[in-house]
Amino acid sequence: MIADIRVQEAPFDPGAELLALEALGGGAVASFTGIVRGGDGLEALVLEHHPTMTMKAIRVICETAAARWPLLGIVAIHRVGPLSVGERIVLVAAASPHRAAALEATAFLIDWLKTRAPFWKQERFADGRTSWVEARAEDDAAAARWD
Amino acid sequence: MATLSLLYFARVREAIGLDGEAVDVPADVTTVADLAAWLAARGSGYADAFADLTRLRAAIDDRFVALDAPIAGAREVALFPPVTGG
Repeated sequence: MIADIRVQEAPFDPGAELLALEALGGGAVASFTGIVRGGDGLEALVLEHHPTMTMKAIRVICETAAARWPLLGIVAIHRVGPLSVGERIVLVAAASPHRAAALEATAFLIDWLKTRAPFWKQERFADGRTSWVEARAEDDAAAARWD
Repeated sequence: MATLSLLYFARVREAIGLDGEAVDVPADVTTVADLAAWLAARGSGYADAFADLTRLRAAIDDRFVALDAPIAGAREVALFPPVTGG
């Protein structure tokens, strides 16, 4: 199983990443892309992380997925730094011989990435206000269904 | 006394005004929760950062730990709010 994990400021191209997973020869590739959602005067998010820990935490999440589902490959890319409304934040994708495994592993990867990787979002608004995003109980519940 | 590297992230970092520091921890500070309570007495920014321990999370040497985890043997402790990535 190949896990391609990246934490980066630069944008990424989901199409290119999915092509790489298709080339692994399984019958199924599933993915989730997270995008900065606008509204209420939001201009940008700033993504902060724990630099020495982030890659290790994501690797554990990918290894857990690989132990639970028959996966050929995983891509997990998370951006950090300032991101404007409409920009992509995160991509997780899984390749498998079977669609259920690819779909379930993808849901697992994003649920755990939201709750078990050291990232924090700060909102920046057009009027100059900033606010830290609060963790949501729904996200904990979504992650807990895989326990 | 043991010297410990501390890292602060997000709201904790902003409240304290530092992204990290090295501290000499007294021997009676044995858990992450003890450490937060000890730090809270250092000033108003620290008191703000650690006022609500239900909203504090921690990692020791790059692994998430519970607040009752012992800090003995730790090289680095990171203190931060619940994560909000993805």
